[in-house]
Amino acid sequence: MGYTIAEKIIAKHVGHPVRSGELVVTSVDGVMATDTTAPLAIKAFKEMGGQKVFDPEKFALIIDHAAPSPNERIANLHKLMRDFAREQNSRLFEIGEGICHQVMVEEAYVKPGDIFIGADSHTPTYGAVNAFACGVGSTDLAATMMTGKIWLKVPQTIRVICHGKLQEGVTAKDLILFLVGKITVSGATYKAIEFTGEAFEGLSLSSRMTIANMSSEMGAKAGIVNPTGLELDYPFEPIMADADAEYIKTYEFDVSGLEPQVSAPESPDNVHNISGYEGTKIDYAFIGTCCNGRLEDIDIAAKILKGRKIHPNVRMVIAPASKSVLLDAMKNGSMETLINAGASLITSGCGPCVGTHQGVPADGEVVISAANRNFRGRMGNPNSNIYLGAPSSVAAAALEGKIVNPKKYLV
Amino acid sequence: MSEVQMPSSLKGKAHVYGDHIDTDRIIPGKYTKTLDLSTLANHVLEDLDPSFKDKVQQGDILIAGTNFGCGSSREQAPLALKQSGVALVIAEDFARIFFRNAINIGLPVLEIGKHSIPKNADVEVDMRAGTVTDITSGKTYAATKLPKIMMDILNEGGLVKYLKKHGNYSLENE
Repeated sequence: MGYTIAEKIIAKHVGHPVRSGELVVTSVDGVMATDTTAPLAIKAFKEMGGQKVFDPEKFALIIDHAAPSPNERIANLHKLMRDFAREQNSRLFEIGEGICHQVMVEEAYVKPGDIFIGADSHTPTYGAVNAFACGVGSTDLAATMMTGKIWLKVPQTIRVICHGKLQEGVTAKDLILFLVGKITVSGATYKAIEFTGEAFEGLSLSSRMTIANMSSEMGAKAGIVNPTGLELDYPFEPIMADADAEYIKTYEFDVSGLEPQVSAPESPDNVHNISGYEGTKIDYAFIGTCCNGRLEDIDIAAKILKGRKIHPNVRMVIAPASKSVLLDAMKNGSMETLINAGASLITSGCGPCVGTHQGVPADGEVVISAANRNFRGRMGNPNSNIYLGAPSSVAAAALEGKIVNPKKYLV
Repeated sequence: MSEVQMPSSLKGKAHVYGDHIDTDRIIPGKYTKTLDLSTLANHVLEDLDPSFKDKVQQGDILIAGTNFGCGSSREQAPLALKQSGVALVIAEDFARIFFRNAINIGLPVLEIGKHSIPKNADVEVDMRAGTVTDITSGKTYAATKLPKIMMDILNEGGLVKYLKKHGNYSLENE
C-alpha cells in the first residue's frame, strides 16, 4: 500500500516509513511566532531552560497581529520580541513587512517537503508549497525552538478531489468556502487534507495559499495542495501521494458550475451561493489577511472599482499581505485605483481580522470580509455580523453598498 | 498561577455549553496580547456567557459539545479558563491546537464523545479510570485514552516542567 503526502514528508524526516496513527518525534525545518504567540513562547522558552534556539536561521518572529502597536502594553510585548530576536541573532519581521504566512513563503523560510511549525492557526497555509505545516500554541512552539523537534501523531488524510475548471469570475476563495461548507468546521479535525484534481492544477501560488489557509477552518492539522502545476522561483522536487495511498475519506466534486460563495454569520461553514444573500446591506468592506491579501486579490478588487467610487454608506479597508505585495500593487496601479475609489490603506498585518485595531466594526454593523473567520466577536465587536467572501465579492459589495454577485463586473 | 496537581477524582457542578465554542468566544483576540495572565480571567467566555466569570469557582468543571476550542492557536484560551478556576474541561471532542495547548499548560481535558449531560449537572470524574459520571442521571461516560506522552506532560504539570526535567521528548513505552 502506498503513502500519502503527509506520511511521505514525515517519513523523510524521521528516517523510516510511517503510517497514520503512529506517534513520532520529528525534526522541523522552520519555526515562527507572531506578536500574539511569541511573548508567551519566549517566556516558556526561558522557563524550560532554553538559552539558544535550535537554529537561528530557521527561526523567525513576525510583528503582524497588532502592528504598529496600538497601546503601551503591546508596544512592550513588541520590544520583548525585538530584544529576543537580537539576542538570538534571528530575523524579526518588523511592522509593515507583512503577515507571518505571507513572508514565510515569500522569503522561502518554508519549502516543498518541509515540516514547519508555526504558532498561528493558519500555518497550514504552507501546504500551498507542498510542505507539511502545523499550527501550535506558544508552549509547544517554545519546546520546538529549544529542541528543533516536535512530537506528533502522523495524521490520517482526507482527499478532496475537485474536477473541472472554475468559471471566469469564480475564484479560489469561492472554491475553498464551498469546501468548508461541505466538510464543515470540524470535518477534518486531527486530519491532513490533500487537495487534488483539475480545479487546483491551474491555480497560482497565491490561490493555492488561499486554499491551504482555510484547511484550518475545517480543523485540519495540515492541508496540502497537490503540487501539479505549482510554480516557485527556485527548483524543487514535488512530493506526490502514491496512487494506492490510503485515505480515511474521499470527497469528490465537480466545481465547473460553482457560483461565487459567501459564508454567513457566524461560522465559516455557514456557506451559501451568493445569490441567497444578494441585497444584504453592508457597512464595511475589508480586503486583506493571510487568506486574501495578495496581489491577485488587490488586482481583482481594482478591476471592479476602476474609475468608480465605493458606495457612500460604506467604508473600505485594504491591508496588503506584505510590503512586497504593497509595492507590486503600487507599481501596477491597483493600489491607486482602490484609494481613488475611496478605500483606506492600512499597514500590512492582521489587525482588523483579529479585532486588535485598525477597523473594529460598530454595534449592529455588517461587514463583508475577505478573511477566513466570522466567529462572533472576531473583528473586535460581538454585536456586529461578518460575511466572508472572495475579494471580488467584497469589492462589488463595497461598490453597491450591498452583497451582489461580482461576476457581472468580471465577465 | 496556582500549582496544578492532577487530582485523581473531582466532583462538582458543571458549567455546560454547546458545540463549536471557538477561541474568540473563550477569550476575544483583543485581550490576548498580554503576559499578565490575571487579566485573561476577567474576560473568559465573555461573548458566550458574560455571567461565567462571576459564577465560576476554583475547581469547577466545564463541559461542552463537539469541536471545543476551534479557531485560533492562542494559548491564552486554556490559560484564561485555568486562571478563572476551571480545573478540567470535558467535551465530546476538541479542536487539535486547543487540546495540545491545554495539556501543555497543565489543564486536563477529557474527550467523552456524544453525551447528554444537562446544564448544572453534578458530575464526578475519575481521572485514573478516565470516566465521567452524571450523578443526577447516573450515566457514566468513558473518556478517550491520552497517549502516554500527553499523560507524562500532564503529570509533570505541563510541558515547561516536562522539558525542564527531561530536556527532550520521549516516546519510550508509548
